[in-house]
Amino acid sequence: MTKSIELQRKPEVQYLLRVGDTALILAQRLAEWCGHAPVLEEDIALANMALDLVGQSRALLTHAGTLEGAGHDEDQLAFLRDERDYFNATIAELPRGDFAFTILRNLIVATWAKLLWERLQASSDAEVSAIAGKAVKEARYHQQHAADWVVRLADGTAESRRRIDAALTDLWRFGAELFESDTVDTAAHAAGLGPRFADLREPWLAEITAVFDEAGLAIPAESGFRSTGTRGVHSEHMGFILAEMQHLQRSFPGGVW
Amino acid sequence: MSNDTSPSAGPPQAGLDPRGGSAGVPAGRGEVMSHEWPLWEVFVRSKAGLDHKHCGSLHAADPKLAIQMARDVYTRRQEGVSIWVVRSDQIVASDPGDKAMYFDPAEDKVYRHPTFYELPKSLDHM
Amino acid sequence: MYTQAMDTMGKDEAAKTVRSAEEMQLQERFDARIDAGDFIEAKDWMPEHYRKTLVRQISQHAHSEIVGMLPEGNWISRAPTLKRKAILLAKVQDEGGHGLYLYAAAETLGTSRDQLFDALHSGKAKYSSIFNYPTLTWADMGTIGWLVDGAAIMNQVPICRCSYAPYARAMIRICREESFHQRQGFEALLTMMTHGTQAQKDMVQDAVNRWWWPSIMMFGPPDDQSPNSAQSMRWGIKRVSNDELRQRFIDATVAQAQLLGVTLPDPDLKWNEARQSHDFGAIDWSEFKRVLAGDGPCNRERLAARVKAWDDGAWVREAATTHANKQAMKEAA
Repeated sequence: MTKSIELQRKPEVQYLLRVGDTALILAQRLAEWCGHAPVLEEDIALANMALDLVGQSRALLTHAGTLEGAGHDEDQLAFLRDERDYFNATIAELPRGDFAFTILRNLIVATWAKLLWERLQASSDAEVSAIAGKAVKEARYHQQHAADWVVRLADGTAESRRRIDAALTDLWRFGAELFESDTVDTAAHAAGLGPRFADLREPWLAEITAVFDEAGLAIPAESGFRSTGTRGVHSEHMGFILAEMQHLQRSFPGGVW
Repeated sequence: MSNDTSPSAGPPQAGLDPRGGSAGVPAGRGEVMSHEWPLWEVFVRSKAGLDHKHCGSLHAADPKLAIQMARDVYTRRQEGVSIWVVRSDQIVASDPGDKAMYFDPAEDKVYRHPTFYELPKSLDHM
Repeated sequence: MYTQAMDTMGKDEAAKTVRSAEEMQLQERFDARIDAGDFIEAKDWMPEHYRKTLVRQISQHAHSEIVGMLPEGNWISRAPTLKRKAILLAKVQDEGGHGLYLYAAAETLGTSRDQLFDALHSGKAKYSSIFNYPTLTWADMGTIGWLVDGAAIMNQVPICRCSYAPYARAMIRICREESFHQRQGFEALLTMMTHGTQAQKDMVQDAVNRWWWPSIMMFGPPDDQSPNSAQSMRWGIKRVSNDELRQRFIDATVAQAQLLGVTLPDPDLKWNEARQSHDFGAIDWSEFKRVLAGDGPCNRERLAARVKAWDDGAWVREAATTHANKQAMKEAA
């Protein structure tokens, strides 16, 4: 069995991994739709988004590895960390659910990602800024795709409305984590690396409200619940994702792929 | 093209299909009416190109989804900068049987082609 | 390849029906166009039998692409590196796209995608036998790229000159995208065989052992057991015979296997100097027939997965059309 790597938890590394891991784990969930989507065109669209996110995670993980300074490459970081060293927001690891769930999660995360990438273009870190320049266009497209579908499902049939309502009930409380600030993003902000997550809440809510208005959906009440994936403490689902994702790297020590 | 962004008034109604059916209503073949998405033809203009070229078709429920899907299906390899989508049933095509009538007369009107005219070499680029 | 089932059926009856003088004239003109190497377009007159054969072949090709997404899709979540994950995802996505282009080509012949899915889901329509085999290890991914896509490319290139233009155009697009599929598979295997651990090399050889015979069965039954091939060749739908394609594939692949350092599991495989080709062992045609008839390792699962995706997605498709209709009515009002 290949052993886990030890992650150096520098704040800038953790900050970038919050974004990179969220992309990685969400890509993992989106890719599950391949061959199973409601219509071929959507199979291709969801795979496109998964590919964009894999690309973003590769770029961020590679750079985080450089900043970490322990010689870890993108694959060691992606496949050989212990669960507590992954910093994706919990919302990304939730099972894909039905199409309504996937679409609504995409809307919530892509809107956040778009706002984040827009601000990361001004990062004091040139590499991060460059990654952001490409990623922001992808996030814009993901958001638009999700928004279009949320409107159609909310204002479609009674069944699609029921499902999007159920998705909203299940998902909303996991969104709050995306806007929690702590020492990690405060440090990042101070260093000019990237914005505080809390600063994204207002513009995010404004954009979501605009989509919900068009869809005829109501913003749910705030929940006191806070998921904690960005701090490394995940939900029950993370263990299963990692078991599957890490399996080959773990069982072929020294393997070259 | 629909750009309606007004919020829906009241709860959504199921199956308001003006073409005559929601799920459960038998169609002509004695089958249940499907919600098959209409067919669209896709035209893409490439970065280096001047014309939109027909590159294929896809199914989409409405114009906005059609453009989105065309982008996902037909421009994955950076083939295009501009996309047109047209519902297939909106395309009017010439009848192949009329090929001779429509197109042969142009054959003998060679004066329409630039190569018909011999120009002095100094005007090579015209 | 996509006419595996049709090849083995009895000769079609269509040629025997009584026809009017006008129809015979149209038939003559059509035959002349085919002989001249003309392309037939969607709105051109064509014999009913030509149309039917094409619908079946093109749709079965399309079904093969989308069913083919499943055995490979299995391994996306377990890809061993991010690069391999991206490559596999792109490949499977391409296959979805190919299915889409082909359904569109079939639709030009007067059918609808829904009808074609119906034929697939009810078991009436076939797809290539190869996708009824299980993908048991990561090495299966590289092996499928090398052997299965290699076989598919060998079959597809001649179809780019198919007499039916929409099919030919779809094939040209597909062939352009396909070239990376075989290359990435071979490269993945080469990496493991050249730089990998012994466990990885064993995994590769095991995959080759399982996929070799099913791959050469992809080309369909021998020519002398394919009575319908002749008509397809006459019409320019099929350009090269099953046996010839199979031989070409084997000859090309032997050298590649040597480069990889894997053994092909056929003790009778040997170069024949006189034929300038490789002799190979007897193919188990009973296995082929069984798998084609629905009794392979994964037939039921593959179909069930497609049916489930379709059924589970019904409410989504319905929501989209309902929304579109509501918008249309709002505009009309």
